[in-house]
Amino acid sequence: MELIEKIQLGQIRAIAKAITLIENNTEEKEKLIDALHPFTGNAYVIGVTGPPGAGKSTIVDRFIQFERDRGKKIAVIAVDPSSPFSGGAILGDRLRMQTHATDRGVFIRSMASRGHLGGISTGTSGAIKVFDAAGFDTIILETIGVGQTEVEVIEMADLILLTLVPGMGDEIQAMKAGIMEIADLFLVNKSDLDGADRLKSEIEYMLMLGSGMNEEAIPPIKMASAKNNTGTEELYISIFERLNLFKESGLLANRRKIRIQKEIEHIFASKLKEILYTRLNMKENINLWIERVYNREIRPYTFVNEKMMELKKENVL
Amino acid sequence: MDKKIRIVIAKPGLDGHDRGAKYIARALKDAGYEVIYTGIRQTPESIVATAIQEDVDFVGLSLLSGAHNELFPRVVNLLKEQEAGDIIVFGGGVIPEEDLGFLEKRGIQAIFRPGAPISDVISFIKSKTGSTAA
Repeated sequence: MELIEKIQLGQIRAIAKAITLIENNTEEKEKLIDALHPFTGNAYVIGVTGPPGAGKSTIVDRFIQFERDRGKKIAVIAVDPSSPFSGGAILGDRLRMQTHATDRGVFIRSMASRGHLGGISTGTSGAIKVFDAAGFDTIILETIGVGQTEVEVIEMADLILLTLVPGMGDEIQAMKAGIMEIADLFLVNKSDLDGADRLKSEIEYMLMLGSGMNEEAIPPIKMASAKNNTGTEELYISIFERLNLFKESGLLANRRKIRIQKEIEHIFASKLKEILYTRLNMKENINLWIERVYNREIRPYTFVNEKMMELKKENVL
Repeated sequence: MDKKIRIVIAKPGLDGHDRGAKYIARALKDAGYEVIYTGIRQTPESIVATAIQEDVDFVGLSLLSGAHNELFPRVVNLLKEQEAGDIIVFGGGVIPEEDLGFLEKRGIQAIFRPGAPISDVISFIKSKTGSTAA
C-alpha cells in the first residue's frame, strides 16, 4: 500500500489522511491498521489526564518544547468532547500549542470523542499506531477533561500523568477510586496558587492509605506551574525516568500486552456483534422487540436466550 | 463509515477581535461540524500547517484588520503548494464590497460580511460537501 510507505517516510498529509480513514471507520481501516502493525511498538505513549481546566494542554505545550530541545519528534492527540445533541465539537486544545504549528517535528491532531465515553475517542488507538509507524519518538495522548471514572486512557498509554489543581478541596476524597488509581505520576499544577501544598499532602495521604505498596511503587508527586514554566522540566525528566524504570522492570511490556489483549477482545466483540445483528435483522426488528418488552409481553433475558438458541440451531453460533 | 466534516476556524493577522470567529465556531459546532479553533494572531503558514495536520475539509478565515487581500490569498496559495488545494477556503469579517471579486479570483470560495446570517455559512458548506449530513 502506497499510503503506508508515505506514512513511514513521515509525510504529513499521508499521516493526516490515514488518521481520518481510521477515525471515520472506513472500509480501508482494517487493512491500514494491519499494514502498520509491524512498524509499531517503538514510540512511548504518554497519557495526560485530569479535570477540565487543570492545565493539561499548557503542560503538553511545554513537553513539546522539551522534546524538541532534545531533537525528538513528538505527536500529540488531543481529545475534546462531541456535543451529544448535534454531534459537532469545538476542538480547542491546540490553541495552546500553536507556537509549534509549523515545526515539522511536531504533529498535533485534535479528535472529537464522537460519543465515546471513556475520555478518549474510538479512533485514538489507531491514530497512535499511525504516529508510531511514522517514526515519532513520543506520542502524547491528552484526554478530555475527566471526572472520576474516565480511565480508558490506561488502555492506550505506557504512562499516565494525572494533572490536578488546588481548590478542589475535599473532592480529592471522592476521587479515591477510579481516576486517582491509574496515575503513574501526579502533577499539582498551578503550584503558585494557595492550597497547592495542601493538595500535595492530601494526595500523599491518599496514596499511603492504599499502601501495602512498597515505597518505590508509590507514584511520585510533582509540583509545577505550566503557565510560568516552573517545575515543568523537572516533571518532564521524571516522566522519562519513570518510563525507563517501567521498561527495566518489565511493567512496560506487561502493559503493552494488556493493551493487545484489550484490542483483540475488542475486535472479536465488534465482529461478533456485526454477525449477530445482521442475522437478527436488528435494525428492522428492534422497535418491535422494544414494544413487546415495554408492554410486558416478553421478558428480556428469556427473549434473548430464545433468539440465541435459534441461532445456535442454525449453526451461526 | 462515519464521515464528519472538519473545519478550521482561524484568525490570521494582528487584530485581536475574536468574537466573530468564536461565534461562528460555536454555530458550526451546533450544526454538527467538528471545528478546530486556533485562536488569534495566526500566520498563514501556521493556519495551513494546522489545516493539513487536522485533515480538514474547510478553512474559515476571520479578519478585521484590513489585510484580507494579502492574507487570504496567501493561505490559498500555501495550501496549493503543499498539495492540499482541495481544502476549501472561505472568509469573513469587515471586507469592502469592491474586494469581493479580487478574493474570489484568488480562490476564496465565499466571503461572509457583517450581518450575514449563519444559515448562509451552513448552506455554503452543505453545497460544497454535497450532503445534508454534518
